[in-house]
Amino acid sequence: MSSVQRLVERVGEERVAAAMAAFARDFTREAAVHMDACVRCGHCSHACHFYVSTGDPKYTPINKIAPFLNAYRRTAAPWAPLARLFGTAKPVSLTELERWQELIYDACTMCGRCTLVCPMGIDIAALIARARHGMFAAGLVPEDLGAVAERAELSTSPLGATPKVLKERVAWLEDEHGIKVPLDAPRAAVLVTLSSIEIMKYPKSLVALARVLEHAGESWTISTSGYEATNFGLLSGNRDWQRDMSERVIKAAIACGANTVIVPECGHAYGALRWEGANVHGAPLPFEVLHISEYLAALVEAGRLRLEPLAKSLTFHDPCQVSRRGGASAAPRKVLGALGVELRELGDHADAGWCCGGGGGVVAIKHADGLRRGAFRIKMREIEATGAELAVTSCANCRQSFDDGQAYFKWDRSMGSLLELVAGQLREPARAG
Amino acid sequence: MRGGRADFDFGQYAASSRLQHQAENFIPFRFRQTVTLYEFARGPALTASLAVLLAGTLWRLARLAARPAPPDLSAPRGSAATGALRGIAHRFWPHPRFGATIGVSTAVGYAYHVGLAVIVFSFLPHIQFIRQLTGLRWPALPDPVTYFAGGLTTAALVVALVQRRGDPVKRMLSRFDDYFSWLVVFLPVITGMALIDVPRGSGNPAVAVHLLSVELLLAWFPFGKLMHALTAFWSRGLTGAKYARRGALP
Ligand code: SF4
Ligand code: SF4
Repeated sequence: MSSVQRLVERVGEERVAAAMAAFARDFTREAAVHMDACVRCGHCSHACHFYVSTGDPKYTPINKIAPFLNAYRRTAAPWAPLARLFGTAKPVSLTELERWQELIYDACTMCGRCTLVCPMGIDIAALIARARHGMFAAGLVPEDLGAVAERAELSTSPLGATPKVLKERVAWLEDEHGIKVPLDAPRAAVLVTLSSIEIMKYPKSLVALARVLEHAGESWTISTSGYEATNFGLLSGNRDWQRDMSERVIKAAIACGANTVIVPECGHAYGALRWEGANVHGAPLPFEVLHISEYLAALVEAGRLRLEPLAKSLTFHDPCQVSRRGGASAAPRKVLGALGVELRELGDHADAGWCCGGGGGVVAIKHADGLRRGAFRIKMREIEATGAELAVTSCANCRQSFDDGQAYFKWDRSMGSLLELVAGQLREPARAG
Repeated sequence: MRGGRADFDFGQYAASSRLQHQAENFIPFRFRQTVTLYEFARGPALTASLAVLLAGTLWRLARLAARPAPPDLSAPRGSAATGALRGIAHRFWPHPRFGATIGVSTAVGYAYHVGLAVIVFSFLPHIQFIRQLTGLRWPALPDPVTYFAGGLTTAALVVALVQRRGDPVKRMLSRFDDYFSWLVVFLPVITGMALIDVPRGSGNPAVAVHLLSVELLLAWFPFGKLMHALTAFWSRGLTGAKYARRGALP
């Protein structure tokens, strides 16, 4: 029996109590002030791809945290005793939690776009992440997302890219593409992490990575004890698993004395390590964390990348966790500038970009497919409007959403990788940095 | 109540002024003995509402401040302090991307927020009232400015209510707090507008009703959404600081 099934097996009251206990840990000052300040203006709805694509008020961002807010009003808000006395905040029930499962998981990619428009600046994505903790504790994580997260916890990789599979893949790629991937080097300046999606679905990314690092003359390694950058603990709402997944990478980086950890083309992996890593670790990280797009931009800035210009028009899809919530939206643009492409920005881009619809673990939830694809149409329209020849991004998870949308809508566009684009334009022979 | 008269005595608030005499002529009923409705509004009701306002606001802010605030240990990319200030300032204006969708709602909000500010802080009787309470004083704007602001605020509040009922998202989100808070803001505006022809300082019961409506607002302030007058800054500042640390600008 999986751990999620064990959580579901309990009686209703136990599940609600578990949710309430988890919620209580998440009523931090930031969460409390944010929930307190909401004036219920509804502006946030206009920023959310799920509301915009359906027109259904239930997808209004702040409505998605209703059980969490209700629990707060009843137990921890300044006037909680009055709320209980006058019944203005009803006790949270299992039925309410079950009804909100769709809104907390299927209908939120934690992209943070709603915060752009909120006059109170409420970080709804952060509240959703908190609410998921209680939902997970109550056994209300969607089954498929829970299963993927559990696989990642137990076997390192959410998609079966175990250390053994990784070694086999690396051997095959080295053979096939003539690259060298230093696995488990005892010392290295740079620890490179990967996304299982890349390992299993986009192995060329690994080839591209090796080429770029060799071109730059970097001292680097991949550790088979801490290579997985995705963090399904965070996405599913299991705080302990989130910590375990981050700790694997942190320990591997410390073990090889890395001064830099490169996060691959994955949005939430960046947020998990760059902005949450130190907090789950309980101390500042003794190394710098760079998203691969930041690393590429740093190489460009230092003159360590010699690139053949690319005379094409191109549009860039910003992964929400790297740009809007990560603060690194300038990096890919610097890289694209160095490539000399004609950058045709999407109607909404950088901090204001629309989510692909598949972030926050949503792409792993089968029953969210319809909703996700509806939201994806916004992205399709935007990309078509640019008329650009190429489209690239720097998140394998986004690429997966695009691949799904491309197949489902029989769309004649595809989403490429910024890293692979750069690797394809490296000017040989390689120059040591 | 007995025979239409208030059955209590607030003798200690009795006034021996000219106002009292005038009030007696205007008031169709008056408190037995010497306390008028005006005096009640100006005396114990004001004291009580200010006490509730102060204690309730402090309690709410203190309870929010008492929540745990784990430190952010990630390596910052930008300054949290500057980010907080920027976050507070830039949300006074809607994000340019959303002007078309939230423009009307924002304009209506601005109309009554600015209107209320003009009414409260620029009208001579209000400035005098605040001066009596706090000792602070500043010059007033001409009366017609306040009358215009009153009309604008009334209209904007009505539109805001229509929007709240008419817009499916706003309607779904709305709670008792939204409607009651609307009412306690609307009442002082309306009762104040009704005083335009009443001689100032007359102690007219209509003035008392206006005062009582303001006191209702003051007493409700710490309990409902009106508190966003303070928490908006806190909330925006927290997000501004958090994302400025990250070098992001949402
Ligand atoms: S935009 Fe902000 S204040 Fe308005 S309803 Fe949404 S969360 Fe609340
Ligand atoms: S974080 Fe993104 S998906 Fe979630 S409610 Fe906000 S806009 Fe919608």
